[in-house]
Amino acid sequence: MPISGDHALSRRALLAGTAASGVLMTLAEARAQGITPKSGGTLTSLLTPEPAILVPGVNNQAPTLIASSKIFQGLLDYSMALEPRPVLAKSWSLSDDKLSYTFKLQEGVTFHDGKPFTADDVIFSIMKFHFDLAPRARSVFQKIKQATAPDPLTVVFTLDSPFEPFLLMFHATAAAIMPKHLYEGTDFRNNPNNQKPIGTGPFQFVEWQRGGFIRLKKYDGYWKKGQPYLDEIVYRIVPDSQSRALAMETGQVLMSGASDIEPFDVPRFQQKPNLEIETKGWECFAPLMWIELNHRVKPLGDVKVRKAISMAIDRDFILRRLWFGVGKVATSPIASTTLFYDPASKLAAHDVRAANILLDEAGYKADSSGVRFKLRHLTLPYGEIWARLAEYLRATFKQIGIELTLESTDTGGWASRVSAWDYDTTINFLYQFGDPTLGVERTYVSTNIQKVVFTNTGGYTNPEVDKAFAAGRNGATAAERKTAFATAQSLLIADMAQIWIQEMSFPTIHDKKARNLIQFGSGIHACYDDVFLA
Amino acid sequence: MSILRFLLARMAKMVAVIATIVVVNFLLIHAAPGDPASVLAGQSGAADARFVEQLRHQFGLDQPLSTQLWLYVSSVATGDLGISHLQQRPVLDLILERLSATLILTLSAFAFSIAAGMALGVAAAQRAGSWIDSALTVLALGFYCTPIFWVGLMLVLVFSVSLDWLPSFGMMTIGAPLHGLARVQDIAAHLVLPALTLGLFYMAVYARMTRASMLDSLGQDYVRTARAKGVPEGRILRRHILRNALLPIVTLAGVQAGQLIGGSVLVETVFAWPGIGRLAFDALLARDYQVLLGVFLTTSIMVILFNLATDLLYLLIDPRMRPA
Repeated sequence: MPISGDHALSRRALLAGTAASGVLMTLAEARAQGITPKSGGTLTSLLTPEPAILVPGVNNQAPTLIASSKIFQGLLDYSMALEPRPVLAKSWSLSDDKLSYTFKLQEGVTFHDGKPFTADDVIFSIMKFHFDLAPRARSVFQKIKQATAPDPLTVVFTLDSPFEPFLLMFHATAAAIMPKHLYEGTDFRNNPNNQKPIGTGPFQFVEWQRGGFIRLKKYDGYWKKGQPYLDEIVYRIVPDSQSRALAMETGQVLMSGASDIEPFDVPRFQQKPNLEIETKGWECFAPLMWIELNHRVKPLGDVKVRKAISMAIDRDFILRRLWFGVGKVATSPIASTTLFYDPASKLAAHDVRAANILLDEAGYKADSSGVRFKLRHLTLPYGEIWARLAEYLRATFKQIGIELTLESTDTGGWASRVSAWDYDTTINFLYQFGDPTLGVERTYVSTNIQKVVFTNTGGYTNPEVDKAFAAGRNGATAAERKTAFATAQSLLIADMAQIWIQEMSFPTIHDKKARNLIQFGSGIHACYDDVFLA
Repeated sequence: MSILRFLLARMAKMVAVIATIVVVNFLLIHAAPGDPASVLAGQSGAADARFVEQLRHQFGLDQPLSTQLWLYVSSVATGDLGISHLQQRPVLDLILERLSATLILTLSAFAFSIAAGMALGVAAAQRAGSWIDSALTVLALGFYCTPIFWVGLMLVLVFSVSLDWLPSFGMMTIGAPLHGLARVQDIAAHLVLPALTLGLFYMAVYARMTRASMLDSLGQDYVRTARAKGVPEGRILRRHILRNALLPIVTLAGVQAGQLIGGSVLVETVFAWPGIGRLAFDALLARDYQVLLGVFLTTSIMVILFNLATDLLYLLIDPRMRPA
């Protein structure tokens, strides 16, 4: 499936998708390794932390999306270069005025209760279910002026104006197709089916021993003949990170993903001959991590201070010594795997001396103990690695005369303090969802300064940046958008709006006999109908 | 008759204590920063004001705190512990399905620590000053001062990773549904390491206490008298020394029994044991108020019941304490 040089989703690429290509590609890949898929077996995986519920939309926490993407499917999945691939949509096309998207659906698809899947389920899921429940879906699907089903296997979405990233919103993690007959007219969050999820995916829900495991089994009526290959997938809930590493080491589970294994434990798995470590499979999400500065707190509103902090940070050290090489040093507010990343963008090199000179020039004099000013740092409460990063930052900030007081909290406390703008500095990382309009804009535009977490909580404002993101959002062609986002990137870097540190990746560690685990840009969030145990 | 009155008086006090606990816990939990809506928003990677408002409304958090308290207290009074915000299931179900796992774990650890601890204590006291006494004392001191999670990890390293004798986590083998004796054996194999880990600390405490209080009783006049009467040594040990030495141990057991529920959080975490301690811990992180309050209430009731049992046991062991 060709993709033109400027990453555009060309019309030809849009039309090229067929159900067969996805399957053939994976079979061909397997054969290239000399192995034909084999049926049978149970894939055991870690899952951390335990999800609260297994229905996407009702709950969009990370572990929920990993497990539920085996039960529910979206219309599309995406390659590592973010080209759409067929899942429940067999093919798709865009009208010449770039307003109408037509999806042709797969035939013979049924939900786990045996009821057929039709265009009505798609329209219900997009226009009602996710629109009501999920902020992310709401922000994109509000552009749909009309949704129609000319026949039971065709859906047409007509937008109010061209919106190029529209096709990126159809993965199971963003817009999973829900059974309309079970959810329509109910309170979605309190629907009894949330306890026993029913989707179209290759695996159906069997049992969930809270605090122990979640067991899924092969759905016999799955629409791809002969698939899935696995009999069962079992997600094991192991709350302690050391116990998880041991479970992986002793072979009690076959795979781990996301944050199951702490980065500093990864090296010990590199020597194991039976294990493989993959870091691809996060392109659809492309989490970028930054030091989030609260621009309202003096003197963080001063661009010179922000530049000095950026120069004081040794991003290479963080990547090599804290994350043991898993990830990539950030060079821009847009991750390099996200569309419209500008390869020309670069951050000022690590230079503590220059940082100190900059702060001297800006008039922040050090007192007798070498302190220019004091700041608080709200440590991200997602595990040991973030505490280590906070320690590193305290030591680094000290080199340029900034005394950092570390404050610890738990996830609830963190979210509520960031929402209330009650912090000086913290660490944040956000999924970019493949397109700057979907995942980058929200952090920098002044229209999104809200007392809600993951908006522009830092309070950064620059009318030029607002304009550039608006041009990127509304641009009808990829070329227009490319220019707009190049401008946005250079403006943000000139302002050092936040201190971007690292493009994050998460290791998927697995037994070599488990095949096809990472084939898409969605990685461990793929539906796994082609995963098998050799 | 007087014992009955004693019981009734205790029951009345219990009700008052539980009512206080419910109210204080409610207020304490709501004093923590953040609420379930902010946690959900924080972990969903995307949020807008409507999302947070919707959740707060659904969870009833948009009502004044006094109204929320009243609603909660009145529903608890009718035996309804509410619904988990996050999991959308009745709190009572959540607690009941995990209570048995915790009880299996803690009661095994409890029985092990008392039996092993008293045996070690008696053995040490009988040979006070000998090398056996010193060895046992050092052993007890060792377990007394070693952090519980470290003991757990070391046991896993030795018995799971190196020797491969026992599973390192979970409560049962998944995928192979076992029945009858095979199922009991399977759970027992999974139980050994966590129960040992949880029990070793208290075993050390019982050993030290038994030894000390035995030595104390050994020098008492009634022991000397019994010996002078020619009572056999075994009988002196059982009837005169151990029975008197038992009182402080019963006191301690009462305290431990109360703590076993709460103290199992760490062990449940290290060994991925699906018990109530972790339910509480996860609920705390998620600010799932109803679940947390439900667990608090359950454990408070258990502590109170254990205390009552301890008091009754005193009466049984020591006639001097019976109400006149």
